[in-house]
Amino acid sequence: MFENIGEVVLLCWRTLLALPQGWRQRQKIFEQFFEIGNASLLMVCVLSFFIGAVIALQTGPVLAERSLSSAIGGVVGIAVAKELAPVMMSILIAGRIGSAMAAEIGSMRVYQEIDALRTMNINPIYYLVLPRMVAIVAALPMLVVFAILVGWFGGALVADYNQRMGIPMHAFFSDLKEIVNVKDVANGVFKSFCFALIIGSVSCHQGLTTMGGPRGIGRSVTKAVVNSIVAIVVFDYLLTRLLLS
Amino acid sequence: MNPDLSQLSGVNLVVRGLCKQFRNQPVLADVSFSVNPGEIFVIMGPSGSGKSVLLKHLIGLEAPDAGEILINGDPVTSPEVAAKYRMALVFQSGALLNSLTVGENVGLYLTEHRLKPEEEIQKIVREKLADVGLRDVMDKMPSELSGGMKKRAAIARALVTEPQLIFYDEPTSELDPVSAVVIGEEILDLNQRTGVTSLVVTHERELAFGIADRIAVIMEGRIVTVGAPDEVRNAADPAVKNFLQADFKRQPKNLRA
Repeated sequence: MFENIGEVVLLCWRTLLALPQGWRQRQKIFEQFFEIGNASLLMVCVLSFFIGAVIALQTGPVLAERSLSSAIGGVVGIAVAKELAPVMMSILIAGRIGSAMAAEIGSMRVYQEIDALRTMNINPIYYLVLPRMVAIVAALPMLVVFAILVGWFGGALVADYNQRMGIPMHAFFSDLKEIVNVKDVANGVFKSFCFALIIGSVSCHQGLTTMGGPRGIGRSVTKAVVNSIVAIVVFDYLLTRLLLS
Repeated sequence: MNPDLSQLSGVNLVVRGLCKQFRNQPVLADVSFSVNPGEIFVIMGPSGSGKSVLLKHLIGLEAPDAGEILINGDPVTSPEVAAKYRMALVFQSGALLNSLTVGENVGLYLTEHRLKPEEEIQKIVREKLADVGLRDVMDKMPSELSGGMKKRAAIARALVTEPQLIFYDEPTSELDPVSAVVIGEEILDLNQRTGVTSLVVTHERELAFGIADRIAVIMEGRIVTVGAPDEVRNAADPAVKNFLQADFKRQPKNLRA
């Protein structure tokens, strides 16, 4: 396990070192960026809307019973911005994009395409890993900002139409604005930036170390998704501690 | 024919005492041989004899446990070798990048290293594909090509680097006899036109004896014989004899009787 962690950190570091040459790979970065956004936007929209909605549904009636209706907007706002949007969207992206990265690079490894790149003196980190890492690191925080807004809207809608709450939208957003500040949203975006680095490096590492045939590719995809999700949850706690202090 | 090709010249390759183990299992044991500039040197051996592992060492994809590989006297692992000499490997599967078109695959080396402007790259790609007898495939995806066409496209990709040393890994495996002869003739033709040093790894006897200047036979990770095709054909080693002469003994049934 520690060997794997070391290799992932090393891959991340080597990718950072290759960053100054990133401009030359802008075409591939854009293709990956488009792939991540295009493939995930609808799912992000649906997921974040219902996350916001269910948080309002779970907390709203309890708060309303205790005459704390004015806190619903703030509770939903904080929960979505600081925790649920970054974590849930990162898990979604780990499943959707991390698996695709591991499968694509893994199959290139199995079918000797990566060896072919090496024989042409083309560094696979520069050619394959860098565009994917830059794209996911740029795309995930943007998706999270979008998810936060949609999540808030989902919460507001439920708070408005649910008879046990009955908080008008403008009141919900007014409460939210009082409690949630830009720093809270920035915290969520910062977390998603870190999670994007984790997903990108874990998935690319799994792809680059794939062994065997189709079964090996399948194993790499599973490990990429599972390891990314475990790392996201662990780092979520660590980052939350760091950001709270 | 591309005029640049005629200006190329092959390099000398020397392998001394190469050893490699995987999980305490020796795969290569004291492998030594040399390949002269411009020579077609064939390494033959049965499956699992260490041919592909040897090839990976020669191109620098694997590091040996012991021994050395020298190209014109420079160790293959030294960083200067990549800058000083141009080498290429034609993979058994072709190893074309499936996400790129054939044209993009062939021009990949030039594109990624920004060696030529885009229009010139297109021109070179067309020339190299024509050199291996492929036309109108530039915009096709590798999945649309037959096995023989994929191998020829892989040779064209190798030619783009204008190599001084070219390695072929089982270039005719999985091909029908006609395609196998076409590939064999491509290897010969290329060698004669450019003087490139060629090292071919194969287990196919027809190809080896058809194109080789010299042949080495590898068995269980050891080179058991090296020489001109006739010398190898008449080798006294029983294992080599058995490998070279293995055939079916069965006579066809005479069903009409």
